[in-house]
Amino acid sequence: MQLTQRESPLADLLISGARLVDGASGIEGPRLDVRIASGVIAEIGSSLDPAGAETVDADGLTMMPGLVDPHVHLRTPGDEDEEDIASGTRAAAAGGFVAILAMPNTSPVVDSAAVLNGLITRASEQAVVATGFFAAITRGLEGRELVDMAELAARGAVGFSDDGRPVERAGMLRRALQYSSVTGRKLSLHEEDLTLTAGAQMHEGAVSAELGLHGYPSIGESVMVGRDLQIARYEGAPLHLCHISAAESVAEIRRAKELGVDVTAEVSPHHLCLTDELVRELDPAVSKMSPPLRSDADRAALVEALADGTLDCIGTDHAPHRAHEKEVPFEAAPNGVIGLETAFPAIYTHLVEPGLVPLATVLERMSTGPARAFGLPAPALRVGEVANLALWDLAERWLVGPPYASRSRNCAFAGRTLQGRCTMTVAGGSMAHRMAEVAR
Amino acid sequence: MDTYPPTGLAQRRHLLSIGDLERADVERILETAAGFESVMHRDVKKVPTLRGRTVMNVFFESSTRTSSSFELAAKRLSADTVSLKASGSSVDKGESLKDTILTLSAYDPDVIVIRHPQAGAPALVTRHTDAHVVNAGDGKHQHPTQSLLDLYTIRKALGAVEGLQVAIVGDVLHSRVARSNIQALRLLGADVLLVGPPALIPRDAAAAMDVAVSHDIDDIADADVVYVLRMQRERMLEGANYVPSLSEYSALWGVTAERVRPSQLVMHPGPINRGVEIAAEVADSASSRIVDQVRAGLVTRMAVLYDLLTEPTTHGGQAALRAVEAAGQEVA
Repeated sequence: MQLTQRESPLADLLISGARLVDGASGIEGPRLDVRIASGVIAEIGSSLDPAGAETVDADGLTMMPGLVDPHVHLRTPGDEDEEDIASGTRAAAAGGFVAILAMPNTSPVVDSAAVLNGLITRASEQAVVATGFFAAITRGLEGRELVDMAELAARGAVGFSDDGRPVERAGMLRRALQYSSVTGRKLSLHEEDLTLTAGAQMHEGAVSAELGLHGYPSIGESVMVGRDLQIARYEGAPLHLCHISAAESVAEIRRAKELGVDVTAEVSPHHLCLTDELVRELDPAVSKMSPPLRSDADRAALVEALADGTLDCIGTDHAPHRAHEKEVPFEAAPNGVIGLETAFPAIYTHLVEPGLVPLATVLERMSTGPARAFGLPAPALRVGEVANLALWDLAERWLVGPPYASRSRNCAFAGRTLQGRCTMTVAGGSMAHRMAEVAR
Repeated sequence: MDTYPPTGLAQRRHLLSIGDLERADVERILETAAGFESVMHRDVKKVPTLRGRTVMNVFFESSTRTSSSFELAAKRLSADTVSLKASGSSVDKGESLKDTILTLSAYDPDVIVIRHPQAGAPALVTRHTDAHVVNAGDGKHQHPTQSLLDLYTIRKALGAVEGLQVAIVGDVLHSRVARSNIQALRLLGADVLLVGPPALIPRDAAAAMDVAVSHDIDDIADADVVYVLRMQRERMLEGANYVPSLSEYSALWGVTAERVRPSQLVMHPGPINRGVEIAAEVADSASSRIVDQVRAGLVTRMAVLYDLLTEPTTHGGQAALRAVEAAGQEVA
């Protein structure tokens, strides 16, 4: 089993009168009742009989398939004061996610069966949504020796990634790609040429010129994207690219897809919604991450690529940090922002409401798309499926700020008003998140 | 702070960046500085204007000109001063900037003047204190009081800034002075030309800051003011190879006697490296205003402290002058 979730009572519920939206199943708009029996969608229809189960009045709410996040940092093992599996998966459920994939750049690094087994055991006790774990590509993320990929795949690794660092040497990446055909698990790559990004604090452009912060040029990402797509094409191996941020990278991916390269690519909500202008406030808790927030032209290119499918999925790159580590001068702060609780609301507010990307497309990129990229079952609102769904109040506007379900609060959207709030999440057939007012 | 954004702090005027100022603010501060000039020529060089106020100078980076002039400026205005250097303080014991500021703020200072090697440090300070905050240089970001004293120096020498051509020569990439000065000079209507090696001029500088860019030192010929920057080796990344060598830099971009005319004003924020970015005979020539800049630093910083601690009016300069005159009589 690739994904792990703790055992919880299976839900018996009648959710009545929600507007159903599921692009993959071709459903958009009907107000229907959904009956969940023992965690499985038993019936979808009008005026259903609760059959003794609790009835949830979902009038005015929207039901959608649960979201899937291919890129989170749960900081476990080693930094459980920033996030642990319990708090991280609660944050996921609060954001409407039913499955998340965690990166292996922990202390120690997930590069051995022992560490991976420990995580899977912890997830089986604590995870309120299905959780998968990447293993590292190279031991200690050092880029010198491959991990025992086949063993780690057999023990349940969902894929391999040195996220936080690039695989610097082309020869090493080639070997990893060759071997991934043996394991049947994808590589998920953090693309960065460190010789172009040394000392980087933010996107290199007009704002960095003015602020005097050392720049991370767009080519610092795109030259590695180009290199790795060429290697993947040569080897005929599939590849996943993390958190794409630059217009130049989008162009490389678009061209590679035209050439038939088996590549999937991911983009974060903050790169889709925010730009380097936010850095002017010099608050690293909201605006410092890697890759950095880029120019508005980059942002527009990312939105276009999300809409046309060049970018296959949205990944939050949820990256918790201790509050005091972010309460320092901008240049001294670590990279990363949390994003699970705000991902869909941010996308809904910035892309769907203004009419830039249709809701059905967003759902595809946040649910079916990431599931397909990693060979996971896609959540669907269909009779017979295990209930993996979320109820949303798409009219509610709320101010982002503490308290968060996450242990950390370095949120890129802090202080902003977003539209759309998740009121209930059922993950793997069990109740994973429920806001108090829904219980009425 | 448990809330974001932090709440409960008083709304204070700060001087973190030239971008915080309108043209009228700059004019007012320069007029106030001119008013303080007369105090400098008295036997008793002190006025009671800020008696009972407290100014804390917190320097996390070495400084000769800026720290001494801020301290002297506060003293000439009769404020109480505390000057703290990072070495020898609790910073040596691992205290964070936030905690240092919370500690100092317990004494209710009116102004905290901070210099820090990292951009954004003064912005952080404003989130944890009720004092007015003055940025005395943060990383490669801003050094607004240097710009004000440079404007003061130029005005004194040439009368007005509007319409002047100012060439800023050298390591613009690592220079907070350059960034502040570009904003300040553009605000007052001067045209700015950046001259230096390609890797040391920020990409997008021309568009971002509305300046011209050249890599040819001969293009400084038309400038009224040649503003020379030091190669800031302490801020450069190791092995970055911005230029092949200092001697090659000097040969191509050094400001030498052959490259400036006597009618051009030569300025430098200091410290200067003779023979590298500027030839010794240029630094010591009649065109050089380097010592005037240091002198201007005192009255300009007095003006900044005065401005932050009094309610600014459109006639701030005149009001300050009157205050100084009254104070002068009082002291005399």
